[in-house]
This record gives sequence, structure tokens and C-alpha cells, in this order.
Amino acid sequence: MRARLDASSGLLAVLLPALLFGLWWAATLDSPDGLIPQPQQIAVEIANLAGFGQGDDAFTGQLWINLLASAERVYGGFLLAAALALPLGLLIGQLPLVRRLMDSTLQLLRPVPVTAWQPLFLILFGLGAHTALLLVTLGCFYPILLNTVLGVRSVEPRLLEAAAMLGLSPTATFPKVVLPSALPGIFTGLRLGLGFAWVVIVVGEISGVRTGLGAMITDAREVSRTDVVIAGMIVIGLAGFVSDQMIRAISRHVLRWNPRQGGA
Amino acid sequence: MADRRRIAFTERIADAPILRVEAVHKRFAGGAGEVVALRAVNLSVARGEFVCLIGASGCGKSTLLRLIGGFETPTEGHVLMDGRPITAPGPERGMVFQDYGLFPWLSVRQNIGFGPAARGLPRAEVRAIADRFITMIGLSRFADAYPHQLSGGMKQRVAIARVLANDAAVVLMDEPFGALDAMTRERLQTELLTLWESTGLTVLFVTHAIEEAILLADRIVVMAPGPGHIVTEVVVDLQRPRDVASVPFNEMRRDLALLLHGAPAPAAAAKVEEHV
Repeated sequence: MRARLDASSGLLAVLLPALLFGLWWAATLDSPDGLIPQPQQIAVEIANLAGFGQGDDAFTGQLWINLLASAERVYGGFLLAAALALPLGLLIGQLPLVRRLMDSTLQLLRPVPVTAWQPLFLILFGLGAHTALLLVTLGCFYPILLNTVLGVRSVEPRLLEAAAMLGLSPTATFPKVVLPSALPGIFTGLRLGLGFAWVVIVVGEISGVRTGLGAMITDAREVSRTDVVIAGMIVIGLAGFVSDQMIRAISRHVLRWNPRQGGA
Repeated sequence: MADRRRIAFTERIADAPILRVEAVHKRFAGGAGEVVALRAVNLSVARGEFVCLIGASGCGKSTLLRLIGGFETPTEGHVLMDGRPITAPGPERGMVFQDYGLFPWLSVRQNIGFGPAARGLPRAEVRAIADRFITMIGLSRFADAYPHQLSGGMKQRVAIARVLANDAAVVLMDEPFGALDAMTRERLQTELLTLWESTGLTVLFVTHAIEEAILLADRIVVMAPGPGHIVTEVVVDLQRPRDVASVPFNEMRRDLALLLHGAPAPAAAAKVEEHV
């Protein structure tokens, strides 16, 4: 029963992508040299980027170094953001004083998009990998922070009462009750943050760096290699998808006690 | 049997009460001013006694229980346990909530061991205590299950076990079986009585079900709203196990129903006074 359900939901999951590829294939059927390349041309290009094809151009075999560079910045920026946003979120959620102190500043800065920060970061940190990494950090920061705060503040009062009634000291309440209660919120934030990191990295790599998937796409656009641009987009999508699956697997394990975790 | 109970009863009278509620008023700050939840409440509970608080919603029975639990403080008056004022929740007064209040991230064993672990007992001892109570409530097969994997009745057994595992002398129960189906409720009522008889616990049990109160209690405290106060107390002098179909049981049920629903005179009089 369970297996059949998994199989059918797996089938459903690939239905829409297959349909989109079908449409794409049909739309470009008559124009092999049109503005938009055909899907099979993209497949060949991905193989070329990965170094598995017969091709020999500026992009041959360049996928891995660029993917690695982007992944380093994505995970580096994500970890840095988590290291900042988690403790801050816990403090803001738990201590009204910190909340009042930080709230206006954070809310004022929140609407400023990452793209608006980029010029300033370029001036401050110069062209290079630091800027891309810091943009990712900024992009991950708010989803992690806000969901952590939400998680801490959504602790059920009943559980605090239960803990007090069972003799738990007020100082032990935070690690024993508040933190576990906040974990679902924290994982939601981490998941959103990491997803957003893959969005931001491309913006961060469009100017000033020579490696990374964003840089690869920018280079390809400049030499009108639409096939490489689209191949790069697909690789970014896949990388983000794999990242998300990893964090979901971790979250399913850590939150196995949570009935709402099953299909999240 | 009757003799044994009478002797026990005499001993209780000789003992100082374990809980005393003295001239307690409780007011809450509400949206449109103050809400008076309790007015001039006096109650004394003997060690080992099983007392049910019964009354319509808004009569303050849960507020009274929460005052004794230490979750609220009285606006006026005193709430005492063993002669000392109650100022905060504590392990000597275990609370069983209608919505269980189990920690969802802890297994059954860890939930039951929560209190002993909070006291800093060694890990092996915590586990031994938890396992003893898991066996007592018949959930050995579920020792490592999480609360969301349990039925309502199982969850409430765990909630009861965790306050017992924590050496509570008084167990405060706030409509603990109200969310359970009838069969499960009956089974848990029987289990609770067996537990109480074998442990010497003092139980304060809030309910709005007359039958449940008569089935369980040594004494029923009848409360009424507007504002919450104690109307009367009824001693249930029926032998246990009690037969819900027996004549005295049903007489008492009828009397209590009259008190709760059929005799609105005192409350109405109070209302008129207020309006004047």
C-alpha cells in the first residue's frame, strides 16, 4: 500500500516536468537553429559541460569547477547566515528586551533586496568571491532569523506549565522546552534559507567572479551560447533540488516526533 | 470494609488538611474591565481524599484548580499546602491537563522520566523509575513511541504516570477524561481509582459530568458561576466499587442535577443584587 502510494506520487511528481519538456520539444521541433535550442541540444550541452561529450569549446568540462565554486559559496554563506541568525533569533524570540532593541532595525533593513546590497558590497569588499558569499549570507539571514523567532514564540504555554509543574528550573526551560519546540520553525527557516541561497548565488556571481554557475551563464550570454545558459539554469535547479532533499532528510530525522513532518 | 473506611475517615479528620483555600477571591483583568472568577472560596482537602469539583462552565472550578497548582495567584486570600502558601507550580502538586500537555519530542519513557531527570537524578535511576511507571500503566510496548503515535487514552495514562513518577502528593486533574470516548473514559476512571486506593494520593478532580463525580469522589464540591463560588459540598458515602445503576447512586445523581441545573435561585438573587 505504502509502496504503491510512493510510486504513484513519484509518477505525479515527474508528470509536469515531462509535460513541460514535451511542450518545449514540440515548440522547437521545426527550428533547430532558432533562438531557443531544442531539449536534446541542451542534453548534449550538459554532457559537454560535464566533460562527457565529444565537444571541444571554451565550456567543455567546465561544469564541475563552476558547480563546486557555487556550492562552496552557497553552503559557506548559508552556514555563516545560520551561525548569525540562529542565536540572534533565539535571543529575539526569548527576550523581550532584545526584541525591542533589534526589531525596528531588522524590519527597516528587511525590504532592501539583495540586488540593492550588491553594489555596496562590491564597493566594500571588492570584486570577488567574498561579495558573492556575503550576498548569499544576507539572502539566507532573514528566512532563518524570522522563522527561528516564530518558532521560539510559538512554544505552547501548556508545555511551559507542564515543565514548571514537573519541577524544571526556569534556567533549564530554554534548552529543555523552548528549543525543541522551536525546532520545526528553525528547520523551516533553514530550508527556505538554503533554497534562497541558490537564487542569490547567481545574482552574486553575475559580476566580479570568474567561476561559479552564475559566472558561467553570464559568460555564455556574452558569446550568445543560449544552450549553455539554459544548461546552467537546469544545473542550478537540480543543485537546489538536491540541497533541499538533503535538508529535508535531516529534518525528517531530527523532527521524527512531529506528526506534521511527514509530508512537509 | 465499612469499618476500615470509617477508621480511615477518623484518622483523616485528626490530620491537618493537606490543602487549604482560605477566603480566596480571584479577579482577572479583562477587555471591558475586571472579571471576577472566584468570590470568597473556602475549601479544605484532607490527605488522601478524592475531591471532585463540579459545576457549569464559568463557575471557576478550573481557576480554583490552577490556583492550587500555582499557575495563578489569588487576588485576595490564601492557598496553602501543608500550611505553606503556594506561590508557584511544583512537583509535589502534579497537574493532569485535559489536552495532556505531553512533550511531543520526547518518547513515552522520556516524558515519564521528565520530572526525575529535571531533579537531576542519575540517568539509570530515571530510566528505572520511568520503566516502573510504564509497566504500571500497561504501556511497555509503547515505551519508545512518541505522543503522536498514541491514542488519547494512552496519552492521558502517560500524563498521569509522569506526575506519579515525580512523587506528587497531590494530583490536580482538569477534566482529564473529557476528551476521551466513553469506553476509554470508564476504563481510565477504574484505573485511576485503583491507583488512588493503592497509593494514598490526594486527588482534586475537576469535571462537569455528575456521574463521573459520584463514581470517583469521597466528596463533591458543587460550584456555580456569576461569579464563581462554592454552592455546597456533598459527601459520597457509597461503597466502592460503585454501581452506577444502583438506587442510591441515582438518587445522588438526581440531587446533584437539581443543585446544578434546577435550583437557580441563589445565582439569580445574586444577579438581581448586582443589577440594583
